[in-house]
Amino acid sequence: MSDSLVAAVSILFFGVAYGMVLYLVSVGLSVTMGLMGVVNLAHGVFATAGGYVATALMMSFGVPFLPAVVGGMIGAVILSIPLEWLLYRRLYGGDELDQVLLTIGLVFMSVAVCKFFWGPLAQPFQPPQWLSGSITVAGRQFPAFRSFVILAGAVVFAVLWLGLERTRFGAQIRAAVDNRRMAQSVGINTSQLFTWTFALGSALAALGGSLGAEILAIEPAYALEHLVYFLIVVSVGGLGSIRGPFFAALLLGVADTGFKYLLPDFGAFFIYAITLVVLLVRPRGLFGLA
Amino acid sequence: MSATEATPTAAARVVDAFARRHRLAWGELVPWAVAVAAYFLFPDYLALGSQVLATILFGLSLDLILGYAGIVTLGHAALFGAGAYTAGLLAAHGWGEPLSGLVIAAAVAGLVGLVSGAIVLRTQGLTLLMVTLVVASMLYEAANKAAAITGGADGLSGMNVLPVLGFSFDLYGQTAYWYCLSVLFLCWVIARGIVHSPFGRSLTGIRENERRMHAIGSPVYWRRLTIYSIAAAMAGASGALIAQTTGFVGLDSLDPINRSGAILIMLILGGVGRLYGAFIGVPLYMILQDRFAAIDPVYWYFYIGLVLVLVVVFAPGGAFGLADRLLRRVRRSA
Amino acid sequence: MHKLLVSAPALLIAFGTAASAQTVKIGVINTLSGPDVQQGEMLERGLELYDKLHAKDLGGVKVELVKRDDTGLNPDTAKRLAQELVTRDHVNLITGFVWSPNFMAVAPVATQGKVPMVSLNAAALPAVGMSPFMVRTSFTLTQQAYPLGKWAAKQGYKKAYTAATDYAPGNEGAAAFTKSFTEAGGQVIGSVKFPAPPQTPDFAPFLQKVKDAKPDVLYVFVPAGAQATSVLRAVHDLDFKGAGITVISTEDLDPDEEFPNIGSLGVGLVTSGVYDSDATRPGNKEFVADYYKQYGTKLAPDFETADAWSGMKMIFDMIKATKGKFTGEQAMDFFSHYKDSNGPKGEWLIDPSTRQIVQNVYMRRLEMRNGKLFDTEFDNLGLMDAMGQPYAAK
Repeated sequence: MSDSLVAAVSILFFGVAYGMVLYLVSVGLSVTMGLMGVVNLAHGVFATAGGYVATALMMSFGVPFLPAVVGGMIGAVILSIPLEWLLYRRLYGGDELDQVLLTIGLVFMSVAVCKFFWGPLAQPFQPPQWLSGSITVAGRQFPAFRSFVILAGAVVFAVLWLGLERTRFGAQIRAAVDNRRMAQSVGINTSQLFTWTFALGSALAALGGSLGAEILAIEPAYALEHLVYFLIVVSVGGLGSIRGPFFAALLLGVADTGFKYLLPDFGAFFIYAITLVVLLVRPRGLFGLA
Repeated sequence: MSATEATPTAAARVVDAFARRHRLAWGELVPWAVAVAAYFLFPDYLALGSQVLATILFGLSLDLILGYAGIVTLGHAALFGAGAYTAGLLAAHGWGEPLSGLVIAAAVAGLVGLVSGAIVLRTQGLTLLMVTLVVASMLYEAANKAAAITGGADGLSGMNVLPVLGFSFDLYGQTAYWYCLSVLFLCWVIARGIVHSPFGRSLTGIRENERRMHAIGSPVYWRRLTIYSIAAAMAGASGALIAQTTGFVGLDSLDPINRSGAILIMLILGGVGRLYGAFIGVPLYMILQDRFAAIDPVYWYFYIGLVLVLVVVFAPGGAFGLADRLLRRVRRSA
Repeated sequence: MHKLLVSAPALLIAFGTAASAQTVKIGVINTLSGPDVQQGEMLERGLELYDKLHAKDLGGVKVELVKRDDTGLNPDTAKRLAQELVTRDHVNLITGFVWSPNFMAVAPVATQGKVPMVSLNAAALPAVGMSPFMVRTSFTLTQQAYPLGKWAAKQGYKKAYTAATDYAPGNEGAAAFTKSFTEAGGQVIGSVKFPAPPQTPDFAPFLQKVKDAKPDVLYVFVPAGAQATSVLRAVHDLDFKGAGITVISTEDLDPDEEFPNIGSLGVGLVTSGVYDSDATRPGNKEFVADYYKQYGTKLAPDFETADAWSGMKMIFDMIKATKGKFTGEQAMDFFSHYKDSNGPKGEWLIDPSTRQIVQNVYMRRLEMRNGKLFDTEFDNLGLMDAMGQPYAAK
C-alpha cells in the first residue's frame, strides 16, 4: 500500500469512529433543539451520565459490557424526565439568554457532582475481551472496539431514520418540528411528545458516551470540553433533523482527524473556520429543516 | 424647594446643576466610595481587588452589548483575550509602558470586535450564538498553535511592565488597584454617556422591538456594530489591565466557554441592562469564589451552578430585579 | 508621599523574610484538586513524610507548612498564590510546584520578595535561571532525554519518531532526544504533539500516524500519571511490537504508582530516569520502608515522591545550619552548594554556577516478577548535568 493510501485509510477509520460517537451524542440535541426550540448547552451531561453509570457498572459490579451500556442509557432517561418536567419546560419558547444560563448552571452542577462521586480523573475504560485487540480487513489491522463503534453508529442511524419515516411517533415528531401549532391543532399531544423525545435523545447521548469512552474520555468536565463540537454537529447538520447531523458528524470527525494527522500545527482552527463559512452561507445548516 | 430652606451656597448650586444635567443620583457614587474604602480597609487583598475592578470593566462591556443591544454572545472572551495578549506581547518585547500599552490593546480589541462583529451581526438567534462561539474558538486555537509567539499552553511570560506615571507595580498590588480603578472610572463615564444618549436609547429600542426599529428607518446593523466595537475595546482594556497587573497571560483568557460563561454569570447575578449589574455581580461572584475555592473547589462549582438555575427560574433580573420587586412591595404597602 | 506608600510594605517584606529563631513558615504550592491531582498527591507524600520523620531534628526550630492549591496548570493562579503567601502569610520560603509554567510564573515574586522558591518537581530547563532565588531538586527533561537519545542510537536504532505533550517539558524532552539521536547518526523522521493538560487526549489516531511512518523506535512523553497507562494501552492495542516499533521514554511513562494498572502492558519497556522504587541502594531501601509504613502499599512511591523528599531534606538541612534564622540570600547560598550522597536517588548535588541539579541518570527496564511489575536499573550513565552531559566538577 502506498503511503498516502495508508494514511487515508487511517484517517477515514479513526475519523468515522469519532464521527459516529459525535453523532450518537448530538442527534438528541438536534431533535430537541428543533422540536422545542431550546438551546440546551447541558446536553453533554446525559452522555457523561451514561458513561459514568456504564463504567461504574462494569468496574464496581462486574456487569458485562452490553448490559452496562444499556444501564447507562436507562440512567440517563431517569435523569432526563424530571429535569425536563421541572426545568426545561419553563424554557420552551422563552428568552434565549435564560436558556443559555440555566443550561450552563446545570452543567456546572453536573461537573461538581461527577467530581464528588468519581473524583477528577478520567474514568479508565477497558473494552470487553470479545471486542479488544484488532481485526484484519483487506490485509490491514483495525482496532476491534472502534470497528464495533462504527457498526453500532450505522445501525442506530438506520433505525432512527426508519423510525422517523415509518412510525407514528416519528411522524408526530416531524409534524411538530415543521409546525408546532398545526401539530397541536390536529390533536398531537406536544407536551408528551416533548418529554418522550427528550428522553430518547438523552438515551442516545448516553449510548454515545459509553461507546465513545475510549475516544472522548469520561471525565467531570466532559459536557464542557466537547460542547463546541456537539453544537457544530447540530448547527451544521441542521436543527430538528436526523439525517443532517449524521453527515455533519462524519464530516467533522474525518476533518478533525485529517487535520490532526496532516496539518497538526493548525489543530481545530480549520474546523472552526469551515463551520463559520457554512453557518454564514447556510444559517439553517446543510440539511436544515426547522 | 420651599422658601423656608436655607439659601444654597454657590458650590452646592454648581454641583446640583451638574447632577441634574447628567442625571446623577447619589446612589451612583456608592460603588466608588466602596472601592476607595476597600483600599484602606483591606490592604492585604489589593491584588484580588484589582482583579475584581478589571473584571467589573469586562462585565460592564458585556452589559453594553447584552443588556442594552440585546446581543447574546458566547464570544466575549475573544475580545478580552485579544486585549490581554496585545498588552502582554508589547510588555514582553520591550514596550513596557502600561498606559500606551493599554490604549493599543483596547484599539486592537476594538478592531477585532469591528471585524468579527461585521461578520457575526449579520446573523440572528442561535446562529448568532454559534457564530460568536466559533469565532472565539478560532482565536483560541490560533493562540494555542502560535505557541512561538503566545507561549501556547504554557502562557506568555517574560512581561516587563514599567511603572505607570512613575508608580511601579509593587508586590502588594497598591499601584495596580488605583490603576484599575481609574481605568474603570473612565470607561464607566463613557458607558454612562452612551447609555443616556439618544444613541443608547435607540439601542434599547432595537433590543425591545427590532422590527419596528427597521420600520422607522433606524440603521439597526450599524448601530449594533458600533456598540459591539466600543464594548470590544472596553473588554480589551479589561484584558490588558489583568495582563499588566498580574504580569502574565494564559490561554484561559480566550476560553470561550469558561471565561465568557463566567462573565455572563457575574452579570446575570447583578442584573442585565442596568449599567451597575457588573458592579454588584462581579465582586459577589469573585469574592465568594475566593473564599469557597479555598475551602473546597468542588462545592463552589456546584453552588454557583445551583444559584444560576435558581436565578433564572425565580429572579431573572438578578440583584437589581430583586431590589425592584422589593421596592415595589414596600411602596405598595406604604 | 507615594514613596512612603510603596516603601512601607517593602520594609515589611524585608523584615518578614528574615525568619525568627522560633518558627519557619514554608509555603507549599501544590496541585490538590483537578484532573492532575495524582501528581500533586505523590509529591505531597514525599514532602509530608520527611517533615513527619525529621521535624524533631531541627533543634527547637518549628516548621509550619502553609498549603495552597494551584488546581493544575494555572500559572496566573500560582503567581497570585505566591504573592499572597509572601504578602499575607509572610512565609520564609515557598516550595512544591508540580508544573513548570506555574514555577516560571512565580519568578518575579521570588525576586521582588527575595523569597527562595524550591521546585520539587517542575522540570523545565530555563526555570531556575529566571530568578536568583529559584532552585530545584527534581530534574530536567533534557537531563534524562539527551542521554536516552545517545543510548538509543548506540543500540542500533536508525529511524526514530517523537510523540510528546505540547507543553514545556514535553517539547524540551522531544528536542533533547532529537538532538542527541541525530548527533549520534540517527534520523528522526517525524514528530507528533499531544494536546496539553487539562485535556485527556485520544492517543490512538496520533499513534496510528506514528505506526504508519514505520520508525524503529518511538520516544514518547506524557505527564506522569494515568495518561502513561493510556498511552501504553494504545501502543498495545495498535500492536507496536508486531510492527517492530520499540517504545522508549523518560521515567514519566512508568511512574511507580501506576504499575498495578499498567501490568503486562509495560513488560520490556526501557526508560531513563533518576528514581525507581525498586532500587536496592541503602538510602532508597530505608526511604521505601518508611514510606510503606506511613502510607501502606497500595501506591508505590515514584520519582515525584523521591524528589519531594530530597528537596525537603535540603530545606531542613538549611534550617538546621542557619538555626532557623536566614535571609533569602543566605538560604540560596546554602542551596547552591548542597550535596547529598545517600538519598533515595543516590548521589546528587546542586551545581553552584547554574543552580541546576546534577544527579545520576539510570537506564531501567520493566520486568514481571511474581506477577508484579518491577523496574530494574541495568545501567548507571553517571552524574549528568542539566543538559544531559556528564558532569565535570570545577
